[in-house]
Amino acid sequence: MAQEPIMAAASGVQAIHQAALDEGRFLIQRCRTCSQHVYFPRESCPHCGSVALEWVAPSGRGTVYALTTVRRKPDAGGDYNVSLVDLDEGVRLMSRVDGVAPHDLKIGQRVQARVQLSEGRGLVLFDPLPALAGAAP
Amino acid sequence: MSDLKALRGTAAIAGVATFGCGETPGFTDMELLARSARAAVADAGLKMSDIDGLCTASASATMWAMPVVEYLGLRPRYIDSTMLGGSSFLAHLLPAMHALQSGQCNAVLVCYGSAQRSAQFGRREIGAARRWMDPQPYEAPYEPMQPLSAYALAASRHMFEFGTTRRQLAEVAVAARKWAGLNPEAFMREPMGIEDVLAARMVSDPLSVRDCCLVTDGGGAYVLVRADRARDLPKKPVYVLGNATAVWNRQVSSMHDLTVTAASQSGREAYAMAGLSAKDMDVVQLYDAFTINTLLFLEDLGFCKKGEAGSFVENGGIAPGGHLPVNTNGGGLSCVHPGMYGIFALIEAVRQLRGDGGERQVTGAVTALAHGNGGTLSSQATAILGTAAAL
Repeated sequence: MAQEPIMAAASGVQAIHQAALDEGRFLIQRCRTCSQHVYFPRESCPHCGSVALEWVAPSGRGTVYALTTVRRKPDAGGDYNVSLVDLDEGVRLMSRVDGVAPHDLKIGQRVQARVQLSEGRGLVLFDPLPALAGAAP
Repeated sequence: MSDLKALRGTAAIAGVATFGCGETPGFTDMELLARSARAAVADAGLKMSDIDGLCTASASATMWAMPVVEYLGLRPRYIDSTMLGGSSFLAHLLPAMHALQSGQCNAVLVCYGSAQRSAQFGRREIGAARRWMDPQPYEAPYEPMQPLSAYALAASRHMFEFGTTRRQLAEVAVAARKWAGLNPEAFMREPMGIEDVLAARMVSDPLSVRDCCLVTDGGGAYVLVRADRARDLPKKPVYVLGNATAVWNRQVSSMHDLTVTAASQSGREAYAMAGLSAKDMDVVQLYDAFTINTLLFLEDLGFCKKGEAGSFVENGGIAPGGHLPVNTNGGGLSCVHPGMYGIFALIEAVRQLRGDGGERQVTGAVTALAHGNGGTLSSQATAILGTAAAL
């Protein structure tokens, strides 16, 4: 998945990131200089300042770090979840965990990313992963 | 830090004023600001023509200092319109102290006004405009109810890590309401109990409508001069002993730890400049946009250990008669919150140190901490103030 350094690209990282999502691909960045992953996408590494950022496809697995249920009237679509998810690669993002009632979701829930396309625009959402047998709680 | 220590106590707040706190239909942002500004300058025993420094900020107008200069008829030699959200008017202190000390200017007016409650162009419209003018493309698609949901996320994590409860959050709202009951200027003064907060309409779990600050109108202003001049002015000077500002992120999703804010840095640096610590503070004003804020700032500013603020506020710990007087005006939760509250936290600290607190006066207060927060736990500014006895 490694490509030419960001700075050689003809458009900014926000557009590149969204274009990939619109094709159903979720990309994050990894710094070749300090080896840390970066999200949201930047033009330079917020950890070490390097411009040697490359796009990588994350595993998509993560853990719910914090969550809230935004209350909304049923006729407006009902309550919905907003979560902060920590990807296994070590970056955090805001998203929504679907496939579970908002009030049943718990911090620590293991989740898997998927890209939802709506009118041609991709958005990263998460679904709960089944608990592994024998896994630590 | 040695240079900043040299600035300790070199400037003093000589005048303060509020105007229109609550509901003032028929007033614009600028009119609320102007009435507060005029009253603060008069309180300082000065004339508007004495003002040669201006600090101000607006949540909507990006070039706000210019219309304020024009409206008040100023010719300032020092202008700071740094906009860090609600902490701005506390963050304005230290640069203004530098400007006073260098002789760039002699009297700085810091002022704010917002008709957020009554304005036709209100919170909803500003929110919609901000989505275009201040985009957050990695959060907005998930429709967090900002700023509330960011604080709800922080509350969820605090509850998860430390066992903090909704009842403990409710203690913060109830304490604020009890203080408001002693303050004639407060907007919401009717008694409210823990059960009322717990039964209130949930907005963004775990925060209910009673965990959220008010939406009011109001203006606030203060005047900062060199300490030697303040001693010749009519009101008891309130000296600025320490001030620091810290920003680590804008988006809540960029916070490294939702239970530790940049107040831990701004507090540490402000205390270092003042040569004081949390245990030295007689009265404390914390920007309580939401109940979780008060808990986070009590911890980050050293009043208790990380994770222990829930038990710290239990049994009326920060209410009148508790072990630490916090938000003695009723705070943003029950007194006033016109969009940005920081200046009101500072004004209440000054009133307490002057002994002007009336029924809510903390007896013999010599030192005060005023803390401002901006954005979604994004900017933090801490001020340590004191009377002449603290110099």
